[in-house]
Amino acid sequence: MSDVSDPTETEAEAEAEVPAHTGSRATQVLGLAALAALALWVLYGLVWSPPDREMGDLVRLLYVHVPVAILFYAGAGLTTFASLMWLRRRSPGWDALAVAAAELGVVFGALTLLTGSIWGKPTWNTFWTWDARLTSTALLEVLLIGYLAVRRVDPSPSGGSTRASILGLLLFPNVIIVHFSVDWWRSLHQKATVTRLDPTIEGDMLVALMVGMAAGGLVFAWLLIHRFRVAWLEQQVERHDLDAAVAARRAEGQLSTNEPEAQPA
Amino acid sequence: MWRDVALVAGRDLRIELRSRVATNQVAPFALLVLILFAFALDPDTGVLESATPGLYWIVVLFSGTLAVSRSGSVDEADGVGDALRLSGLAPAAVFLGKAAAVVAQLLVLELVLVGAVGVLYDAPLAGFPLMTATCLAATVAIAATGVLYSGLVAGLRVRDTLLPLLLLPVLAPVLIGATRAFEDAFGADGIRGWEWCGLVVLFAVVYVVAGCLAYGALLEG
Repeated sequence: MSDVSDPTETEAEAEAEVPAHTGSRATQVLGLAALAALALWVLYGLVWSPPDREMGDLVRLLYVHVPVAILFYAGAGLTTFASLMWLRRRSPGWDALAVAAAELGVVFGALTLLTGSIWGKPTWNTFWTWDARLTSTALLEVLLIGYLAVRRVDPSPSGGSTRASILGLLLFPNVIIVHFSVDWWRSLHQKATVTRLDPTIEGDMLVALMVGMAAGGLVFAWLLIHRFRVAWLEQQVERHDLDAAVAARRAEGQLSTNEPEAQPA
Repeated sequence: MWRDVALVAGRDLRIELRSRVATNQVAPFALLVLILFAFALDPDTGVLESATPGLYWIVVLFSGTLAVSRSGSVDEADGVGDALRLSGLAPAAVFLGKAAAVVAQLLVLELVLVGAVGVLYDAPLAGFPLMTATCLAATVAIAATGVLYSGLVAGLRVRDTLLPLLLLPVLAPVLIGATRAFEDAFGADGIRGWEWCGLVVLFAVVYVVAGCLAYGALLEG
């Protein structure tokens, strides 16, 4: 336990404990692997894989759209899981993981909607339609933004986390609705092609998609680790500031009790 | 448990009966929105008639937001929230009681609105079993989700603006399902209303269970 009578010593100790950046040897290796996978993704997606018989070169956009959509749902699912774990254990690590996954989910959700719209214009002749899959995906994005909004508006350290984690739990029913929406409703969006036991695409196109998912997954993991560490450092700074303030107040109290009483002149 | 639910629901309903916010403000607001839709959409074109199910549920959704906002705000005054925490009532009972009070208010409002769309929009009211089932399921869904989200934003300075922002997107599946079911009840072809009603029931069950499980953490927070 640190010496609370000397706040400057507490600060020095805390500064020594807090790392100067969020990287490590492992994240450097992961980052390099992600870069290499991205290069392979571009080569497979743009050069090596053949154009589709019906969609032509437009199919290449799906090599981006499908992986980012899956990572969007992964981000929402991870937020739900981390929220559940935070509610059970109240460990700050789960809270940091939930916020990191939610922010990444919003980014990948925006990319999903953007790439889907660009693909939809030449294919369906519209950027947007009120289709079951599209609508439920947009709703999931709004829910994640709402999750982050709740985190920001509650200034109390644990209150925001509790409220947000309950919102995080409520994301899960929507992820289920998004996934099965193409089966439950007569949808314009095509049914599942990859996330099933017998994928309906094959050959170089399937490889391009798989490479895309692997590369996207590595980028997601790399970003998630860094964002998690930033969230964790924020918690440390918050706690450190609080500890320092408490130590300073106690030091003031000790000074006033140790001071000899003023002698009357 | 059910005695506690009745206790909380009775308290909320008594507050509403005495303050008359639902009858003096929410119901007139709902009727006003219906009339404004009629002004905005020319009834001669038939647009109003075909859009009636959607307009009806939008009005219910807006009114429901007001009702749940009111339900949350009565617990914030004079330390009522703290009293509820200290009362020893099960959090699930508090949640169900508050939701039941909102359900009762909204069902009365929906009855008035059905009469209003029949008169103002000349809606072909039919398919009463489907309409009744949809109204019950959608109302439970709106009330359960609303009370849960109202608890989520309780005590925040921005609660009045944040609540609709969070609640309306979540309730979009209810709006879609209930509208489709009403279209079927009103005689539209090719719409399987009972299946859409089933979706609304599923949604209601999910949020009632989620509310019962999560309300304790919200009360503690």
